[in-house]
Amino acid sequence: MGKVIVVTSGKGGVGKTTSTAALGAALAQRNEKVVVVDFDVGLRNLDLVMGAERRVVYDLVNVIQGDAKLTQALIRDKRIENLFLLPASQTRDKDNLTPEGVEWVINELKRYFDWVICDSPAGIERGATLAMRHADVAVVVTNPEVSSVRDSDRIIGLLDSKTVKAERGERMEKHLLLTRFDQNRAARGDMLKVEDVLEILSIPLLGIIPESMDVLKASNIGAPVTIADAKSAPAQAYFEAARRLAGEDIPVTMPEEKRGLFGKIFSRRAA
Amino acid sequence: MTKVQTNSRSIRIKGRSFLAVVLTPDLPLDQWLERLDDLAARSAGFFLGRPVVLDVSDLQIDRQQLGECLAHLAQRNVSIMGIEGARHSMISPGMPPVLKGGRPAGDVDVASVEPVAVAAQSVAHDAGETLQEPQATVLQAPRSTLQSLLINEPVRSGQSIIFTEGDVTIVGSVASGAEVIAGGSVHVYGTLRGRAMAGSVGNSQARIFCRKLEAELIAIDGIYKMAEDLPTDLLGQPVQVWLEGDAIVAGKVN
Repeated sequence: MGKVIVVTSGKGGVGKTTSTAALGAALAQRNEKVVVVDFDVGLRNLDLVMGAERRVVYDLVNVIQGDAKLTQALIRDKRIENLFLLPASQTRDKDNLTPEGVEWVINELKRYFDWVICDSPAGIERGATLAMRHADVAVVVTNPEVSSVRDSDRIIGLLDSKTVKAERGERMEKHLLLTRFDQNRAARGDMLKVEDVLEILSIPLLGIIPESMDVLKASNIGAPVTIADAKSAPAQAYFEAARRLAGEDIPVTMPEEKRGLFGKIFSRRAA
Repeated sequence: MTKVQTNSRSIRIKGRSFLAVVLTPDLPLDQWLERLDDLAARSAGFFLGRPVVLDVSDLQIDRQQLGECLAHLAQRNVSIMGIEGARHSMISPGMPPVLKGGRPAGDVDVASVEPVAVAAQSVAHDAGETLQEPQATVLQAPRSTLQSLLINEPVRSGQSIIFTEGDVTIVGSVASGAEVIAGGSVHVYGTLRGRAMAGSVGNSQARIFCRKLEAELIAIDGIYKMAEDLPTDLLGQPVQVWLEGDAIVAGKVN
């Protein structure tokens, strides 16, 4: 049986979809079968970041309503053959997701894949609660700023009360993925420090992803950053996070943007 | 023809909450009554003299069926003090009043039986004031003889801990946007970032203790202070808060 991960945050725009794609591709490169599932019905984006937007025929809602078989809706990645995408519907809304339908889809996927990674929509309503409902592990994506941290705290509360695991009285495994982190700005006090975020949320740290142009570049060419530019600092951080998810015990390193000599001089002048 | 008021003393009306047994019937009613008889046979006199509330929120029945159900229960000497979850159209004169705002209070043990649809709920009688509960997870403590509640994990944003029976101790932090309401004192072994209200049922002796004060609001016995009104030198410090007369006083604890 595969493991079900929900990538969630409460707040929008913190990097859930980017992280889902990057972690999915990183895990798939370890030769494990991975499916990334877009739960953001009505505002889907994962297909774009995965570069599969022109190959979507059927989607999650079609499968739940019985209009298509699960195998018809799954899209195989062109670059990594054991990476799949289950897209969300763009034309329907979240009310088309039923709890029974979602449970059935997740249970089917668990039988065939090692990792089922659910990209949660923002917010705390139906879409988000259904995405987290059947998860074994939660990755809480947070930016180092106060509103994101508070929203993540709210989501952690829901993970501990509204999921199947919580209702069975088990503990949901939760990990913090700190994204869009800029060490210079944190040092200047413009951003929350890693320790501050960890102190407030008190869940273990999965990784620190640096703020980087490489992430945006990768999204725009339709590739997870761990495929587009595997040597870049954010990709390296995502690879590390994926290793930790898979159970390896490695220390979290503070990622640093590689810059040429010219870049270093330039940045020092700017600061 | 006007009534002359002879006595200037007004009648005092107060709210009070009691613990009632709640019966939740399910359909078909005759089968449920059979199970009830079975329970009564094994635990004689269980319903005798107990306040019982009938919860019909999930039941699809009309006024006539409700009347029959009440009659059947009366035959079995189960006296119903109120009906929960009924529409007003279902109630005819002579029936017990409709109750609202019940809060769960753990299961009631019936001696030597397997679980039946019996749960205890404390029923707030029209207390004049309704507890404003935010739409959030409310961790309710089961009723016990212990007058304190221990929470062994952080209280997250959006959660509220309400324990009017006594002290609340939290081993962890209280997040911004979370709240803790205690009948007694509030102890936070972590950072208090949200709201803490001690002595909420009229206990001016209650206090608030925390390892690090960054609270949004603190209140004791209804008297409150916002974050901006707190002395700035106490922020981030281990602090205790108490009441002196009608004033909130805060001081460092070492």
